[in-house]
Amino acid sequence: MKQTDGYEFSGGQKVLRWGYVLTMIVLGFTGFGQMPIFKRYYISDIPGMAWSADFYVTHTIHYLLAMILLGLLAYFISDYFLSGRKKFHLTSSAYLKISLLTGIVITGIFRVLKNLPDVSFSPGFTLFIDISHLGLVMVYVFAAIFFLITGVKWISINPSRAV
Amino acid sequence: MPNKISRRSFIKGGLAAVGALGVSSLPLPSTAKGADQKELATLIDIRKCIGCEACVEACGEVNESKFPKPQKPFPKMYPKRVKVSDWSDKRYVTDRLTPYNWVFIQEATVTLDGKEETFSFPRRCMHCQNPPCADLCPWGAARKLKNGITRIDSDICLGGSKCKKVCPWHIPQRQTGVGLYRDILPSFAGNGVMFKCDRCYDKIDQGELPACIEICPEKVQKIGPRDAIVKEAHAIAKKINGYIYGEKENGGTNTIYVSPVPFEKLNTAMEKGRGRPHLRPVQDSMAHADNLAKAMVIAPLAGIAAAVGKAYKFTKNDKNSEEERE
Ligand code: SF4
Ligand code: SF4
Ligand code: SF4
Repeated sequence: MKQTDGYEFSGGQKVLRWGYVLTMIVLGFTGFGQMPIFKRYYISDIPGMAWSADFYVTHTIHYLLAMILLGLLAYFISDYFLSGRKKFHLTSSAYLKISLLTGIVITGIFRVLKNLPDVSFSPGFTLFIDISHLGLVMVYVFAAIFFLITGVKWISINPSRAV
Repeated sequence: MPNKISRRSFIKGGLAAVGALGVSSLPLPSTAKGADQKELATLIDIRKCIGCEACVEACGEVNESKFPKPQKPFPKMYPKRVKVSDWSDKRYVTDRLTPYNWVFIQEATVTLDGKEETFSFPRRCMHCQNPPCADLCPWGAARKLKNGITRIDSDICLGGSKCKKVCPWHIPQRQTGVGLYRDILPSFAGNGVMFKCDRCYDKIDQGELPACIEICPEKVQKIGPRDAIVKEAHAIAKKINGYIYGEKENGGTNTIYVSPVPFEKLNTAMEKGRGRPHLRPVQDSMAHADNLAKAMVIAPLAGIAAAVGKAYKFTKNDKNSEEERE
Protein backbone atom coordinates (compact mmCIF):
# COMPACT_ATOMS: atom_id res chain seq x y z
CA MET A 1 0.00 0.00 0.00
CA LYS A 2 1.02 3.57 -0.66
CA GLN A 3 2.47 5.69 2.05
CA THR A 4 0.14 8.19 3.58
CA ASP A 5 1.88 11.51 3.77
CA GLY A 6 4.98 9.82 5.01
CA TYR A 7 3.20 7.48 7.40
CA GLU A 8 3.66 3.86 6.57
CA PHE A 9 1.01 1.37 7.60
CA SER A 10 2.14 -1.78 9.35
CA GLY A 11 0.87 -5.13 8.11
CA GLY A 12 -1.71 -5.34 10.90
CA GLN A 13 -2.93 -1.83 10.20
CA LYS A 14 -3.34 -2.65 6.52
CA VAL A 15 -5.51 -5.63 7.39
CA LEU A 16 -7.63 -3.49 9.70
CA ARG A 17 -7.93 -0.77 7.09
CA TRP A 18 -9.15 -3.19 4.46
CA GLY A 19 -11.36 -4.81 7.04
CA TYR A 20 -12.93 -1.42 7.63
CA VAL A 21 -13.41 -0.69 3.92
CA LEU A 22 -14.94 -4.10 3.27
CA THR A 23 -17.20 -3.85 6.33
CA MET A 24 -18.44 -0.45 5.16
CA ILE A 25 -19.09 -1.71 1.62
CA VAL A 26 -21.09 -4.73 2.74
CA LEU A 27 -22.90 -2.64 5.37
CA GLY A 28 -23.80 -0.17 2.64
CA PHE A 29 -25.01 -2.92 0.32
CA THR A 30 -27.12 -4.73 2.92
CA GLY A 31 -28.34 -1.37 4.20
CA PHE A 32 -29.57 -0.31 0.77
CA GLY A 33 -31.00 -3.81 0.52
CA GLN A 34 -33.38 -2.84 3.32
CA MET A 35 -35.20 -0.87 0.67
CA PRO A 36 -37.25 -2.99 -1.69
CA ILE A 37 -35.07 -2.26 -4.72
CA PHE A 38 -32.83 -5.28 -5.26
CA LYS A 39 -35.61 -7.38 -6.70
CA ARG A 40 -37.07 -4.56 -8.75
CA TYR A 41 -33.69 -3.76 -10.27
CA TYR A 42 -32.64 -7.36 -11.02
CA ILE A 43 -29.82 -7.46 -8.46
CA SER A 44 -31.26 -10.58 -6.87
CA ASP A 45 -31.49 -12.14 -10.34
CA ILE A 46 -27.71 -12.14 -10.70
CA PRO A 47 -26.61 -15.76 -10.14
CA GLY A 48 -25.62 -16.23 -6.51
CA MET A 49 -27.34 -13.02 -5.41
CA ALA A 50 -30.84 -14.37 -4.72
CA TRP A 51 -30.23 -13.88 -0.98
CA SER A 52 -30.07 -10.11 -1.48
CA ALA A 53 -33.86 -9.96 -1.92
CA ASP A 54 -34.48 -11.73 1.39
CA PHE A 55 -34.92 -8.93 3.91
CA TYR A 56 -34.28 -11.19 6.89
CA VAL A 57 -30.96 -12.39 5.42
CA THR A 58 -29.70 -8.89 4.56
CA HIS A 59 -30.90 -7.67 7.95
CA THR A 60 -28.92 -10.37 9.78
CA ILE A 61 -25.78 -9.63 7.74
CA HIS A 62 -26.23 -5.91 8.40
CA TYR A 63 -26.40 -6.57 12.15
CA LEU A 64 -23.35 -8.86 12.11
CA LEU A 65 -21.29 -6.31 10.22
CA ALA A 66 -22.56 -3.49 12.44
CA MET A 67 -21.06 -5.52 15.27
CA ILE A 68 -17.71 -5.73 13.47
CA LEU A 69 -17.85 -2.00 12.70
CA LEU A 70 -18.50 -1.16 16.35
CA GLY A 71 -15.52 -3.30 17.32
CA LEU A 72 -13.26 -1.71 14.71
CA LEU A 73 -14.32 1.83 15.60
CA ALA A 74 -13.81 1.19 19.30
CA TYR A 75 -10.35 -0.17 18.46
CA PHE A 76 -9.40 2.78 16.23
CA ILE A 77 -10.59 5.36 18.77
CA SER A 78 -8.85 3.72 21.72
CA ASP A 79 -5.70 3.12 19.71
CA TYR A 80 -5.66 6.74 18.57
CA PHE A 81 -5.81 8.03 22.12
CA LEU A 82 -3.44 5.42 23.53
CA SER A 83 -0.68 5.65 20.95
CA GLY A 84 -1.57 6.95 17.49
CA ARG A 85 -2.10 10.56 18.54
CA LYS A 86 1.62 10.96 19.13
CA LYS A 87 2.60 9.64 15.71
CA PHE A 88 0.09 11.31 13.39
CA HIS A 89 -2.84 13.63 13.42
CA LEU A 90 -6.22 13.53 11.78
CA THR A 91 -6.91 15.53 8.64
CA SER A 92 -10.00 17.72 8.31
CA SER A 93 -11.54 15.16 5.93
CA ALA A 94 -11.12 12.64 8.74
CA TYR A 95 -13.05 14.93 11.10
CA LEU A 96 -15.86 15.18 8.56
CA LYS A 97 -15.97 11.41 8.12
CA ILE A 98 -15.83 10.90 11.88
CA SER A 99 -18.80 13.25 12.39
CA LEU A 100 -20.79 11.42 9.73
CA LEU A 101 -19.83 8.04 11.18
CA THR A 102 -20.87 9.19 14.64
CA GLY A 103 -24.28 10.15 13.26
CA ILE A 104 -24.59 6.86 11.37
CA VAL A 105 -23.64 4.82 14.42
CA ILE A 106 -25.97 6.72 16.78
CA THR A 107 -28.98 6.51 14.44
CA GLY A 108 -28.06 2.86 13.82
CA ILE A 109 -28.08 2.17 17.55
CA PHE A 110 -31.54 3.71 17.77
CA ARG A 111 -32.66 1.54 14.84
CA VAL A 112 -31.43 -1.52 16.74
CA LEU A 113 -33.20 -0.35 19.91
CA LYS A 114 -36.40 0.21 17.95
CA ASN A 115 -36.35 -3.40 16.81
CA LEU A 116 -36.23 -4.73 20.36
CA PRO A 117 -39.48 -5.93 21.85
CA ASP A 118 -40.96 -3.52 24.41
CA VAL A 119 -39.27 -0.54 22.77
CA SER A 120 -41.44 1.84 20.77
CA PHE A 121 -40.50 5.39 19.89
CA SER A 122 -42.91 8.12 18.95
CA PRO A 123 -43.90 8.19 15.25
CA GLY A 124 -41.93 11.41 14.67
CA PHE A 125 -38.76 10.05 16.22
CA THR A 126 -39.09 6.76 14.32
CA LEU A 127 -39.34 8.69 11.07
CA PHE A 128 -36.38 10.87 12.05
CA ILE A 129 -33.98 8.02 12.87
CA ASP A 130 -34.98 5.97 9.83
CA ILE A 131 -34.56 8.82 7.36
CA SER A 132 -31.44 10.30 8.97
CA HIS A 133 -29.65 6.91 9.08
CA LEU A 134 -30.14 6.60 5.33
CA GLY A 135 -29.39 10.29 4.67
CA LEU A 136 -26.12 10.26 6.63
CA VAL A 137 -24.97 7.12 4.82
CA MET A 138 -25.65 8.76 1.46
CA VAL A 139 -23.60 11.83 2.48
CA TYR A 140 -20.83 9.51 3.74
CA VAL A 141 -20.75 7.63 0.44
CA PHE A 142 -20.44 10.89 -1.53
CA ALA A 143 -17.76 12.19 0.84
CA ALA A 144 -15.79 8.91 0.69
CA ILE A 145 -15.90 8.90 -3.12
CA PHE A 146 -14.87 12.58 -3.23
CA PHE A 147 -11.89 12.01 -0.90
CA LEU A 148 -10.90 8.89 -2.81
CA ILE A 149 -10.79 10.84 -6.08
CA THR A 150 -9.00 13.84 -4.58
CA GLY A 151 -6.61 11.56 -2.70
CA VAL A 152 -7.25 13.19 0.68
CA LYS A 153 -6.31 10.79 3.48
CA TRP A 154 -7.56 10.25 7.02
CA ILE A 155 -4.27 10.94 8.71
CA SER A 156 -1.08 12.89 8.24
CA ILE A 157 2.11 12.30 10.10
CA ASN A 158 2.84 14.35 13.17
CA PRO A 159 5.76 16.62 12.10
CA SER A 160 7.49 16.43 15.49
CA ARG A 161 7.67 12.65 15.10
CA ALA A 162 8.63 12.56 11.44
CA VAL A 163 11.91 10.83 10.82
CA MET B 1 -55.13 17.75 -3.55
CA PRO B 2 -53.90 14.69 -1.71
CA ASN B 3 -50.40 15.08 -3.08
CA LYS B 4 -49.95 18.48 -1.52
CA ILE B 5 -51.19 17.21 1.79
CA SER B 6 -48.82 14.29 1.58
CA ARG B 7 -45.85 16.47 0.89
CA ARG B 8 -46.72 18.99 3.54
CA SER B 9 -47.36 16.47 6.26
CA PHE B 10 -44.21 14.61 5.30
CA ILE B 11 -42.12 17.74 5.75
CA LYS B 12 -44.00 18.59 8.91
CA GLY B 13 -43.34 15.07 10.18
CA GLY B 14 -39.64 15.41 9.37
CA LEU B 15 -39.37 18.76 11.13
CA ALA B 16 -41.34 17.57 14.09
CA ALA B 17 -39.02 14.62 14.19
CA VAL B 18 -36.01 16.84 14.85
CA GLY B 19 -37.40 17.78 18.20
CA ALA B 20 -39.28 14.58 18.58
CA LEU B 21 -37.61 13.18 21.66
CA GLY B 22 -40.30 14.86 23.68
CA VAL B 23 -43.25 13.79 21.57
CA SER B 24 -45.58 11.99 23.88
CA SER B 25 -47.18 8.66 23.24
CA LEU B 26 -50.75 8.32 22.17
CA PRO B 27 -53.31 8.50 24.90
CA LEU B 28 -55.22 5.37 25.72
CA PRO B 29 -58.99 5.29 25.69
CA SER B 30 -60.43 5.95 29.09
CA THR B 31 -62.65 2.90 28.74
CA ALA B 32 -59.69 0.62 28.26
CA LYS B 33 -56.96 2.44 30.14
CA GLY B 34 -54.93 0.30 32.49
CA ALA B 35 -53.14 1.57 35.57
CA ASP B 36 -50.19 2.58 33.40
CA GLN B 37 -49.75 2.94 29.66
CA LYS B 38 -50.04 -0.65 28.66
CA GLU B 39 -50.62 -2.35 25.37
CA LEU B 40 -54.19 -3.06 24.46
CA ALA B 41 -55.12 -6.38 22.97
CA THR B 42 -58.29 -7.79 21.49
CA LEU B 43 -59.88 -11.11 22.32
CA ILE B 44 -61.74 -12.95 19.56
CA ASP B 45 -63.92 -15.79 20.78
CA ILE B 46 -64.61 -17.66 17.55
CA ARG B 47 -67.45 -19.71 19.08
CA LYS B 48 -69.62 -16.61 19.10
CA CYS B 49 -69.17 -15.37 15.53
CA ILE B 50 -72.14 -15.95 13.21
CA GLY B 51 -70.37 -14.64 10.10
CA CYS B 52 -72.84 -11.78 9.54
CA GLU B 53 -70.08 -9.45 8.24
CA ALA B 54 -71.46 -6.50 10.21
CA CYS B 55 -67.87 -5.85 11.35
CA VAL B 56 -66.61 -5.87 7.76
CA GLU B 57 -69.23 -3.34 6.77
CA ALA B 58 -68.64 -1.13 9.81
CA CYS B 59 -64.90 -1.08 9.17
CA GLY B 60 -65.49 0.08 5.60
CA GLU B 61 -67.88 2.82 6.67
CA VAL B 62 -65.87 4.18 9.57
CA ASN B 63 -62.55 4.11 7.74
CA GLU B 64 -63.83 5.23 4.35
CA SER B 65 -61.97 8.57 4.60
CA LYS B 66 -58.67 6.72 5.04
CA PHE B 67 -59.13 4.59 1.93
CA PRO B 68 -56.96 5.32 -1.12
CA LYS B 69 -58.16 7.75 -3.76
CA PRO B 70 -55.76 6.91 -6.58
CA GLN B 71 -55.12 9.27 -9.48
CA LYS B 72 -55.32 7.73 -12.91
CA PRO B 73 -53.60 7.11 -15.20
CA PHE B 74 -50.92 5.63 -12.96
CA PRO B 75 -47.35 6.77 -13.53
CA LYS B 76 -45.56 4.44 -15.94
CA MET B 77 -43.27 2.21 -13.95
CA TYR B 78 -39.81 0.87 -14.70
CA PRO B 79 -38.65 -1.75 -15.12
CA LYS B 80 -41.66 -3.37 -16.74
CA ARG B 81 -41.76 -6.22 -14.23
CA VAL B 82 -43.18 -3.81 -11.61
CA LYS B 83 -46.85 -4.59 -11.42
CA VAL B 84 -49.69 -2.23 -10.64
CA SER B 85 -51.95 -3.17 -7.71
CA ASP B 86 -55.27 -1.55 -8.39
CA TRP B 87 -58.23 -2.27 -6.14
CA SER B 88 -60.08 0.96 -6.83
CA ASP B 89 -62.60 -0.77 -9.12
CA LYS B 90 -62.90 -3.75 -6.78
CA ARG B 91 -63.40 -1.84 -3.59
CA TYR B 92 -66.45 -3.87 -2.60
CA VAL B 93 -64.59 -7.17 -2.50
CA THR B 94 -65.11 -8.44 1.06
CA ASP B 95 -63.90 -12.04 0.94
CA ARG B 96 -60.24 -11.15 1.43
CA LEU B 97 -58.01 -8.32 2.61
CA THR B 98 -57.61 -5.45 0.15
CA PRO B 99 -56.61 -1.78 0.50
CA TYR B 100 -60.36 -1.12 0.84
CA ASN B 101 -61.20 -4.09 3.04
CA TRP B 102 -59.17 -4.31 6.23
CA VAL B 103 -61.07 -7.18 7.83
CA PHE B 104 -62.82 -10.19 6.33
CA ILE B 105 -64.58 -13.28 7.62
CA GLN B 106 -62.77 -16.56 7.26
CA GLU B 107 -64.66 -19.86 7.47
CA ALA B 108 -63.66 -23.38 8.37
CA THR B 109 -65.84 -26.48 8.51
CA VAL B 110 -64.40 -29.05 10.88
CA THR B 111 -65.61 -32.01 12.93
CA LEU B 112 -65.97 -31.34 16.61
CA ASP B 113 -67.11 -34.15 18.94
CA GLY B 114 -68.10 -36.22 15.90
CA LYS B 115 -70.29 -33.42 14.52
CA GLU B 116 -69.54 -31.28 11.51
CA GLU B 117 -69.43 -27.63 12.45
CA THR B 118 -68.64 -24.42 10.60
CA PHE B 119 -66.72 -21.69 12.36
CA SER B 120 -66.36 -18.14 11.14
CA PHE B 121 -64.04 -15.49 12.50
CA PRO B 122 -62.81 -12.02 11.59
CA ARG B 123 -59.27 -11.79 10.22
CA ARG B 124 -57.17 -8.64 10.03
CA CYS B 125 -53.77 -7.38 11.18
CA MET B 126 -52.68 -9.13 14.39
CA HIS B 127 -50.97 -5.98 15.77
CA CYS B 128 -47.82 -7.85 16.77
CA GLN B 129 -45.98 -6.85 19.92
CA ASN B 130 -42.71 -6.58 18.00
CA PRO B 131 -44.00 -6.12 14.46
CA PRO B 132 -41.50 -6.89 11.68
CA CYS B 133 -43.53 -4.70 9.32
CA ALA B 134 -42.76 -1.64 11.47
CA ASP B 135 -39.28 -2.69 12.62
CA LEU B 136 -38.07 -3.28 9.10
CA CYS B 137 -39.85 -0.43 7.32
CA PRO B 138 -36.98 1.58 5.83
CA TRP B 139 -38.87 4.90 5.95
CA GLY B 140 -40.41 4.86 9.37
CA ALA B 141 -43.82 4.84 7.67
CA ALA B 142 -44.98 1.77 9.61
CA ARG B 143 -44.76 2.21 13.36
CA LYS B 144 -45.84 0.52 16.49
CA LEU B 145 -47.65 2.78 18.92
CA LYS B 146 -47.31 2.47 22.66
CA ASN B 147 -50.90 1.31 22.99
CA GLY B 148 -50.13 -1.78 20.93
CA ILE B 149 -51.37 -0.59 17.54
CA THR B 150 -49.21 -1.05 14.47
CA ARG B 151 -50.03 1.63 11.95
CA ILE B 152 -48.83 2.47 8.46
CA ASP B 153 -48.79 6.21 7.83
CA SER B 154 -50.30 6.62 4.37
CA ASP B 155 -48.66 10.06 3.96
CA ILE B 156 -45.17 8.54 4.21
CA CYS B 157 -45.49 4.99 2.87
CA LEU B 158 -43.99 4.52 -0.61
CA GLY B 159 -45.72 1.22 -1.27
CA GLY B 160 -42.62 -0.93 -1.69
CA SER B 161 -44.54 -3.78 -0.04
CA LYS B 162 -41.65 -4.81 2.19
CA CYS B 163 -43.99 -4.84 5.19
CA LYS B 164 -46.19 -7.37 3.43
CA LYS B 165 -43.22 -9.54 2.57
CA VAL B 166 -41.83 -9.62 6.10
CA CYS B 167 -45.24 -9.98 7.79
CA PRO B 168 -45.75 -13.65 8.67
CA TRP B 169 -49.39 -13.30 7.55
CA HIS B 170 -48.74 -10.97 4.59
CA ILE B 171 -51.42 -8.59 5.84
CA PRO B 172 -50.72 -5.13 4.31
CA GLN B 173 -52.25 -4.60 0.86
CA ARG B 174 -51.02 -2.24 -1.82
CA GLN B 175 -52.86 0.35 -3.86
CA THR B 176 -50.92 1.94 -6.72
CA GLY B 177 -51.36 5.57 -7.72
CA VAL B 178 -51.55 7.18 -4.29
CA GLY B 179 -49.08 8.65 -1.86
CA LEU B 180 -45.70 10.25 -1.57
CA TYR B 181 -44.00 8.20 -4.29
CA ARG B 182 -45.88 10.26 -6.88
CA ASP B 183 -43.92 13.31 -5.68
CA ILE B 184 -40.48 11.68 -5.74
CA LEU B 185 -39.54 9.32 -8.56
CA PRO B 186 -42.89 7.78 -9.50
CA SER B 187 -41.49 5.70 -12.33
CA PHE B 188 -38.46 4.36 -10.51
CA ALA B 189 -39.16 4.04 -6.80
CA GLY B 190 -42.23 3.08 -4.82
CA ASN B 191 -45.56 1.89 -6.07
CA GLY B 192 -48.36 3.39 -3.96
CA VAL B 193 -49.30 2.91 -0.35
CA MET B 194 -49.84 -0.14 1.85
CA PHE B 195 -53.12 -0.39 3.74
CA LYS B 196 -54.29 -2.51 6.64
CA CYS B 197 -56.32 -2.39 9.85
CA ASP B 198 -55.11 0.46 12.07
CA ARG B 199 -57.32 -0.80 14.91
CA CYS B 200 -59.30 2.42 14.55
CA TYR B 201 -56.50 4.37 16.26
CA ASP B 202 -58.45 7.61 15.93
CA LYS B 203 -61.53 6.16 17.62
CA ILE B 204 -59.32 4.70 20.35
CA ASP B 205 -57.78 8.16 20.82
CA GLN B 206 -61.26 9.50 21.45
CA GLY B 207 -61.90 6.81 24.03
CA GLU B 208 -64.20 4.93 21.66
CA LEU B 209 -64.20 1.29 20.63
CA PRO B 210 -62.95 0.12 17.23
CA ALA B 211 -65.87 -0.04 14.79
CA CYS B 212 -65.78 -3.81 14.29
CA ILE B 213 -65.93 -4.43 18.03
CA GLU B 214 -68.67 -1.89 18.65
CA ILE B 215 -71.02 -3.14 15.93
CA CYS B 216 -70.78 -6.89 16.49
CA PRO B 217 -74.19 -8.22 17.55
CA GLU B 218 -72.62 -11.29 19.16
CA LYS B 219 -69.90 -9.48 21.12
CA VAL B 220 -67.27 -11.68 19.50
CA GLN B 221 -64.44 -9.23 20.18
CA LYS B 222 -63.29 -7.47 23.28
CA ILE B 223 -60.49 -4.95 23.83
CA GLY B 224 -58.53 -4.28 26.99
CA PRO B 225 -55.08 -4.27 28.60
CA ARG B 226 -53.14 -7.22 27.20
CA ASP B 227 -52.58 -8.94 30.55
CA ALA B 228 -56.29 -9.01 31.28
CA ILE B 229 -57.15 -10.17 27.75
CA VAL B 230 -54.60 -13.00 27.87
CA LYS B 231 -55.90 -14.04 31.27
CA GLU B 232 -59.46 -14.09 30.04
CA ALA B 233 -58.46 -16.05 26.93
CA HIS B 234 -56.81 -18.67 29.12
CA ALA B 235 -59.84 -18.85 31.38
CA ILE B 236 -62.14 -19.47 28.41
CA ALA B 237 -59.73 -21.99 26.87
CA LYS B 238 -59.58 -23.84 30.16
CA LYS B 239 -63.34 -23.89 30.51
CA ILE B 240 -64.01 -25.18 26.99
CA ASN B 241 -60.86 -27.26 26.76
CA GLY B 242 -59.92 -25.02 23.86
CA TYR B 243 -56.98 -23.43 22.09
CA ILE B 244 -55.33 -20.03 21.83
CA TYR B 245 -53.76 -18.31 18.82
CA GLY B 246 -51.88 -15.02 18.82
CA GLU B 247 -50.50 -15.01 22.35
CA LYS B 248 -47.12 -16.48 21.40
CA GLU B 249 -47.24 -16.29 17.59
CA ASN B 250 -44.54 -14.10 16.08
CA GLY B 251 -43.22 -13.47 19.58
CA GLY B 252 -46.64 -12.31 20.79
CA THR B 253 -49.46 -10.32 19.19
CA ASN B 254 -52.24 -8.09 20.43
CA THR B 255 -54.94 -10.22 18.84
CA ILE B 256 -55.82 -13.32 20.81
CA TYR B 257 -58.15 -15.90 19.24
CA VAL B 258 -59.83 -18.58 21.34
CA SER B 259 -61.25 -21.69 19.69
CA PRO B 260 -62.71 -25.01 20.78
CA VAL B 261 -60.83 -26.75 17.92
CA PRO B 262 -57.07 -26.74 17.33
CA PHE B 263 -55.97 -23.92 15.04
CA GLU B 264 -54.08 -26.34 12.80
CA LYS B 265 -57.42 -27.98 12.10
CA LEU B 266 -59.04 -24.65 11.24
CA ASN B 267 -56.02 -23.74 9.16
CA THR B 268 -56.31 -26.92 7.08
CA ALA B 269 -60.04 -26.47 6.55
CA MET B 270 -60.10 -22.81 5.51
CA GLU B 271 -59.33 -21.04 2.27
CA LYS B 272 -55.91 -19.43 2.31
CA GLY B 273 -53.82 -17.52 -0.17
CA ARG B 274 -53.46 -13.94 -1.34
CA GLY B 275 -55.18 -11.63 1.12
CA ARG B 276 -56.35 -14.67 3.12
CA PRO B 277 -53.91 -15.25 5.98
CA HIS B 278 -53.16 -18.67 7.48
CA LEU B 279 -53.44 -19.80 11.10
CA ARG B 280 -50.18 -21.73 11.30
CA PRO B 281 -47.77 -21.52 14.23
CA VAL B 282 -45.39 -18.60 13.69
CA GLN B 283 -41.87 -18.24 15.09
CA ASP B 284 -40.73 -14.83 16.35
CA SER B 285 -39.61 -13.03 13.17
CA MET B 286 -37.45 -10.56 15.09
CA ALA B 287 -35.68 -13.12 17.30
CA HIS B 288 -32.50 -12.89 15.17
CA ALA B 289 -32.38 -9.13 15.73
CA ASP B 290 -32.99 -9.44 19.47
CA ASN B 291 -30.19 -11.96 19.92
CA LEU B 292 -27.70 -10.06 17.78
CA ALA B 293 -28.56 -6.79 19.51
CA LYS B 294 -27.57 -8.32 22.84
CA ALA B 295 -24.31 -9.60 21.37
CA MET B 296 -23.61 -6.16 19.89
CA VAL B 297 -22.75 -4.75 23.31
CA ILE B 298 -19.63 -6.94 23.40
CA ALA B 299 -18.16 -5.64 20.11
CA PRO B 300 -16.92 -2.21 21.28
CA LEU B 301 -15.55 -3.73 24.48
CA ALA B 302 -13.54 -6.21 22.41
CA GLY B 303 -12.23 -3.33 20.28
CA ILE B 304 -11.11 -1.36 23.32
CA ALA B 305 -9.50 -4.43 24.87
CA ALA B 306 -7.53 -5.08 21.66
CA ALA B 307 -6.25 -1.49 21.56
CA VAL B 308 -5.26 -1.56 25.21
CA GLY B 309 -3.50 -4.87 24.68
CA LYS B 310 -1.57 -3.42 21.75
CA ALA B 311 -0.56 -0.28 23.68
CA TYR B 312 0.58 -2.42 26.61
CA LYS B 313 2.67 -4.62 24.33
CA PHE B 314 4.30 -1.56 22.77
CA THR B 315 5.21 0.07 26.08
CA LYS B 316 6.65 -3.22 27.24
CA ASN B 317 8.68 -3.58 24.04
CA ASP B 318 9.81 0.05 24.35
CA LYS B 319 10.95 -0.56 27.90
CA ASN B 320 12.74 -3.76 26.96
CA SER B 321 14.64 -2.08 24.15
CA GLU B 322 15.53 0.83 26.43
CA GLU B 323 16.81 -1.65 29.03
CA GLU B 324 18.83 -3.43 26.37
CA ARG B 325 20.43 -0.17 25.33
CA GLU B 326 21.46 0.64 28.86
S1 SF4 C 1 -69.93 -8.71 13.37
FE1 SF4 C 1 -69.39 -10.18 14.94
S2 SF4 C 1 -70.66 -11.96 14.48
FE2 SF4 C 1 -70.72 -10.67 12.68
S3 SF4 C 1 -69.06 -11.47 11.40
FE3 SF4 C 1 -68.18 -9.83 12.60
S4 SF4 C 1 -67.32 -10.83 14.39
FE4 SF4 C 1 -68.71 -12.29 13.44
S1 SF4 D 1 -49.69 -8.97 11.53
FE1 SF4 D 1 -48.27 -8.32 9.95
S2 SF4 D 1 -48.95 -6.28 9.41
FE2 SF4 D 1 -49.88 -6.75 11.37
S3 SF4 D 1 -48.44 -5.96 12.92
FE3 SF4 D 1 -47.91 -8.10 12.59
S4 SF4 D 1 -46.32 -8.00 11.02
FE4 SF4 D 1 -47.38 -6.05 10.97
S1 SF4 E 1 -60.14 -2.34 14.34
FE1 SF4 E 1 -60.98 -0.73 13.01
S2 SF4 E 1 -59.64 -0.76 11.24
FE2 SF4 E 1 -59.30 -2.69 12.28
S3 SF4 E 1 -60.69 -4.14 11.33
FE3 SF4 E 1 -61.75 -3.28 13.11
S4 SF4 E 1 -62.89 -1.57 12.29
FE4 SF4 E 1 -61.37 -2.09 10.75
